[in-house]
Amino acid sequence: MSAFIVKRLGFAVITLWAVLTLVFFIVRVVPGDPAQVVLGDQATADAIAAMRVRLGLDRPLVLQYAEFLFGALRGDWGISLVTGRPVLVEVMDVLPWTLELTVASLFIGAIIGIPLGVWAAVNRNRIPDYVTRLASLLGLSFPAFVSGILLLILFAIQLRWFPVISAQAEGVGGWLRALALPAFNLGLIMAAYITRVTRSAMLEVLSEDFVRTARAKGVPWRVVVWRHALRNALIPVITIVGLYLGVLIGNSVLTEIVFNRPGLGKLIVGALNQRDYTMLQGMMVIYTLVVIVVNLLTDLAYGAADPRVKLK
Amino acid sequence: MSATARPRNAAIAATIRAFNANKTSWFGLGVFILVVALAILAPWIAPNDPIEQDIFSKLQGPSSTYPLGTDYFGRCILSRLLYGARYSLLIGVVSTLAAMLIGSTIGILAGWHGGRFDVIVMQAMDVMLAFPALILGLIIVAVLGPTLTNIIVAIAFTSIPAFARIARAPTISVKEREYVEACRALGFSDARIMFLHILPNIFAEILVMSSLWLASAIRTEASLAFIGLGLKPPTPTWGGMIREGFENILDSYWLALAPGTAILVVVFALNLLGDGLRDAVDPKLKGEQ
Repeated sequence: MSAFIVKRLGFAVITLWAVLTLVFFIVRVVPGDPAQVVLGDQATADAIAAMRVRLGLDRPLVLQYAEFLFGALRGDWGISLVTGRPVLVEVMDVLPWTLELTVASLFIGAIIGIPLGVWAAVNRNRIPDYVTRLASLLGLSFPAFVSGILLLILFAIQLRWFPVISAQAEGVGGWLRALALPAFNLGLIMAAYITRVTRSAMLEVLSEDFVRTARAKGVPWRVVVWRHALRNALIPVITIVGLYLGVLIGNSVLTEIVFNRPGLGKLIVGALNQRDYTMLQGMMVIYTLVVIVVNLLTDLAYGAADPRVKLK
Repeated sequence: MSATARPRNAAIAATIRAFNANKTSWFGLGVFILVVALAILAPWIAPNDPIEQDIFSKLQGPSSTYPLGTDYFGRCILSRLLYGARYSLLIGVVSTLAAMLIGSTIGILAGWHGGRFDVIVMQAMDVMLAFPALILGLIIVAVLGPTLTNIIVAIAFTSIPAFARIARAPTISVKEREYVEACRALGFSDARIMFLHILPNIFAEILVMSSLWLASAIRTEASLAFIGLGLKPPTPTWGGMIREGFENILDSYWLALAPGTAILVVVFALNLLGDGLRDAVDPKLKGEQ
């Protein structure tokens, strides 16, 4: 097991280094001077030269690269060009918003998706299976901003059950009402993915010998499905849900924009619109770290749950 | 010749039979063909010019002149929807084809050569795959500028690793088969074996992936346009139309409904088609995501 952990950690470090290097070069290799990009087409040569000094672009490339790498590792991701505050502080300000949205949507996705997936699997090739498969395919066809706008129009503008802007909240009730629509928007899409993954994992597990043995011993079908089979099917479900993190992050960006909610997504789009080059660089580091840590945790969880993994 | 042709024809016939068994995949194919036809015929069937503004008829409801009403600038929503389909499909198809071509080549090369080359290339692909596609696309388009070519490049770039992975796995199993051994014994070049003998055998799996990634590419293009990184106005794009409707959501929310439905219908149709194709190509995967 320890060799497996060391190998996964090693891969995580290499991935982090590779992405950091990619981030560093992506802004330097693309056509155009970053200083010019920050200041726009009308900037004078003096202003561009001053911005190059401020961004550290006048120093040798190797030095810039080393400073960027060490800075990123120390948590020093530079100062936002727009607000003048450290990138890390800006990120920490909005991180709780994104985290609560992500956790709430994963929760909603799991409590809807897992039972639906099990229901579809035990009714394979019957009406519940077809309906669930079609509904989940429809769910994952929704661009997050389209479903978000539909929820907003129906529940916030027409029925007025929820606030139009999710950033305003007073008390626990207000907080829940503000969180509900964005979390449902992301959660329903997540539920579509989880339903499909649970269904196929359950189909595989239900055809295994231990399920037949349990049935032969007279264990009730309900217990076989929900206690024996689901427990085994959940391992691949957790892993695959980890792999959908990229989809979840992309959808959370769109959800935050639709519901005008603070968060990492709104921060990155703001940085793009205002050409906040250091903020953008910092955000890419953050996303990479999040993805790597979650992938590492899913790998380790899988390794801990399934001893066969370490043999591979 | 006929002896080798027969099993392949039988496999194709079995695939078509499996595809036929799933009615929803035919529905998906039908809807997709209809949307492609409408997009191609847009200049002939669109009732109005998609960018001509008629300020005196802004925000009108459906009428005989404007079947789906008008937007904030008095432009015909139906005409913009029809012309918008052209951009969505063009960007989706070209970026998916480019990703398929580059990604599959990388995957086949990695699978064929194996060893350290395979490890390095596939780890690089995994790194790219780890990064959220929409964020990567956003950054590429923001840095390069929101032109048709750059949007295609950004979307293609984010889909390359998925094609590399899907092409690599079957290459590894196919390269051990006897007929590949025979090709080697006959002294065929690596390139000839890879692209004339292995590629045709793994093409079905790549094609399935393409229909699913086409759906994803159309969704990503719309998302980029919604965020403000689509083709510049007044070019009609579905994501851009939703953005314009969303900006005035409190007083004219219906503007976002027609393009939103259009994207959903196309993406859903392509997913139905991809699902059916996948079941047909590999019945073991029936219903898996």
